[in-house]
Amino acid sequence: MNLVLSKTDSGRAVSNVFVKANGRLPGAGSVADIRARAFEAYKRAGLPHRRIEEWKYTDLRVLMHHVLPLAPQPDAAALARARAAVAQAAVEKRAVEGAAKLVLVDGVFSPNLSDIAELGQSVNVRTLREVLDDPANEGRGDLLLTTTTDAVISLNAAMVTDGVVITVTDGTELCRPIQIVHVATTSSASSFTRSHLRLGKGVQAAVVESFVAVEGARNHQANDAVIVSVGEAANLDHLHVMVGGADATNISSGFFVLEASAKLKLFSMNCGGAVSRYQAFITLAGEGSELSANGINLVRDKQHGDTTLIVDHVVPHCTSRANFRAAVDDRGHSVFQGRIIVRPDAQKTDGRMMTRALLLSDEAEADNKPELDICADDVTCGHGAASGALDEALLFYLRARGLSEKEAQALLIQAFLGEAIEEIADRTLREFAILQAERWLGARG
Amino acid sequence: MALLEVKDLQVRVEDREILHGLSLTVNPGEVHAIMGPNGSGKSTLSHVIAGKPGYEVTGGQILFRGEDLLEMAPDERAAKGVFLAFQYPVEIPGVATMNFLRTALNAQRKARGESEYSTPDFLKKVREVSKSLNIPQDMLKRGVNVGFSGGEKKRNEILQMALFEPSLCILDEMDSGLDIDALRIAADGVNALRSPERAMVVITHYQRLLNYIVPDFVHVMAKGSVVKTGGKELALELEGSGYAQFEHAA
Repeated sequence: MNLVLSKTDSGRAVSNVFVKANGRLPGAGSVADIRARAFEAYKRAGLPHRRIEEWKYTDLRVLMHHVLPLAPQPDAAALARARAAVAQAAVEKRAVEGAAKLVLVDGVFSPNLSDIAELGQSVNVRTLREVLDDPANEGRGDLLLTTTTDAVISLNAAMVTDGVVITVTDGTELCRPIQIVHVATTSSASSFTRSHLRLGKGVQAAVVESFVAVEGARNHQANDAVIVSVGEAANLDHLHVMVGGADATNISSGFFVLEASAKLKLFSMNCGGAVSRYQAFITLAGEGSELSANGINLVRDKQHGDTTLIVDHVVPHCTSRANFRAAVDDRGHSVFQGRIIVRPDAQKTDGRMMTRALLLSDEAEADNKPELDICADDVTCGHGAASGALDEALLFYLRARGLSEKEAQALLIQAFLGEAIEEIADRTLREFAILQAERWLGARG
Repeated sequence: MALLEVKDLQVRVEDREILHGLSLTVNPGEVHAIMGPNGSGKSTLSHVIAGKPGYEVTGGQILFRGEDLLEMAPDERAAKGVFLAFQYPVEIPGVATMNFLRTALNAQRKARGESEYSTPDFLKKVREVSKSLNIPQDMLKRGVNVGFSGGEKKRNEILQMALFEPSLCILDEMDSGLDIDALRIAADGVNALRSPERAMVVITHYQRLLNYIVPDFVHVMAKGSVVKTGGKELALELEGSGYAQFEHAA
C-alpha cells in the first residue's frame, strides 16, 4: 500500500531534493551510508499520511504536498537579515529574556549570531556539522540514529545540514536559559536540523527551542529533531515554541531519556505556522524519574497544529503528568495524540494524561486521542479528553460586570490556558509563554 | 426622570411566555421589593434587565434614564450603572478575583470615558470595602468565587456593587442559601450603599430579608405580572397569608 502511494510526483521530487543536496551534507564514509539508508527508508514510506496511525489526523501529503528544495547556505545578506530578525525578536519580546542564544540560519549554525562565550566552561557546544565531519570520532554516525521508524525522522537523518551538540558537565547549574533559535530567511525552501543535548548528573538547566522567519520569507518548511539525555538527578525545563511564519510548516521531534531521579518539565507552545507538528518521545529509563509534560496549541484561520506525546515507562517507580490545552478559532484544526506506555517491568508507575480543547468557532475542529498501553499490573494510570465551547454562564457573568464580549472571552481563554502555562517552573520561560499567549489573544479579531 | 421604567414587558423563553405585560417604575433613592412564588417570573425580570441571552422580548420596553436598555449589550448596561447581584454567582477558575475586579472596574470606567483607577487607589478601595464586608484578603487572591461558601459568594457580589457604584442594583434572591449571620452581614453591606441617587430592586421569595433591607415599595408578582403593589407592610401581610390568593387571582 505504502509503496504504491510513494510512487507519486512528490516521491520523485524529493529524490531530486536529496540528490541535489548531497554535496552540501556533512559527514563522509559511514555517515554518508547512514544518510543513504535513512533516505531509502524515507523513500519507501513517503510523506506520512492518514493511513499511518500516528499521522491519522495530520496527513502531510495533503498538508505539505511535497518536500521543498533545501535552503541554500546562508550568504552575508541572509545572515544580516537573520541578525536583524533576532534583534527584532528581542525588541518585540519574542525571545526569552536573558537567554544565551544558539542561532541556526536556514539550517546552518551561525557562530556570530550566537552567545556561546556566555555559556561558560561547564557547557560545551559544538556544531553537528563539525562532529559529523570529524573522522576520528567513531561514534559520530550515532548522532543520526533514533529508535523510531517515523518517515519524517528518517528524512531528517538523511537531509540534516547542521545543529548544535551541547554537553553540560555534571553538577552544573545554568544561571540562564539556553535558546536554540531557528531563523528562516528564504522562501519556498526547507531546512533540516538536529541537535543533541546531554545533561550530566545533577545538572539544572532551562532550554528553549524557537522558530522564526524573517520578514518576506514565505512558505518555509522546517524539520527539526532534538535528542536529549537528562542525567541522574538532573533537572530540565524544556520549552518548544513555534510562533512565527503564518505560512510555515514545522515538523519537530523531541527525544528525551530520563535517568534515575531526573526531572523533566516539558512545555510545547504552538501559536503560529500553517502546519505544525510537535512530537515528543519521552523514555522514563531510570527509577524515580519524573515527567511533567504540558502545552498549549493556539490555532486560527486554517492553521493545523498537532502535538503528539509518547510517554514510555520502562522502569518502576516513575511518575508522568501531561496536561495539554488547545484554543481553536476560525477553521483551525488542533490535534492532540498521547500515549502512556507502561512496560512489564514498570510496576508502581503513576501516569496521568489530560487534554482539553476549547472550540471558539462553529468550524473549529479538535481531535483529542489520549491512550494507555499498559503491560504491568500494579500501576496507577488515567487519561481524559474534553472539548467544548466557552461556558455561556461565565461569559454572561463577566459581561454583566462590564467586560465586552471579546474581553470576557479573552479572560476565560487566558484562564483556560493558564492552567497549563502555570506548570512551567522557570519564571522567565513562564512569563515568555504568558506573553505569547496574550499576544495571540490580543490578535483575535 | 424615572431611573428605570419597565412598560408592559412581554418575554418568552423558547415557546413559553414568562412575562405577560409587566410594568414597574423605579425612581432614584427608592428600594423596591419584588416578591412572589417560584415560577412567577421574578428572576426572568432581573435577567432581562441585565441582558442575559436566551430571552425573547416580544413586547413592551425597558427605559433606563429614558434610554432604551434593550438595545444595549450587557456590558453597556453595566457601564451605564445597572448591576445584577446574581442568585447563583458563578465560579471562574483561573481568573483571580483581584484581576477580575480591576478589569471589570476599568472596563466600565473606560466605557464611560473616565480615567482608569491607579493601582494604589484601587487597592485602597478594595481593602476598605472588603474589610467592611468581612472578606479576608486571601479570598481576593483566589479564583473568582472558587471554593467560596454561599455567604462568601454573596458578599463578593456586594463587594462588586460597592466598587462599581451602580445607580441601579438588582438583588436576585440574595437570601438564598444564607444563614442568619451571613444574611445580616450581606444586608448591612447593602444598606450601607443606600443613597438618594441609587435605587435598589430586591427580589425575594421570603419576607425575612426585608426585615434587614426595608423597602419603600413591595410588589407581588404572580404568573408573569405584578398583581399587587403596596408599602413595606404588604410583605408582612404576605408572610401571614401566603401567595395562594394571588396565584388564583392572576
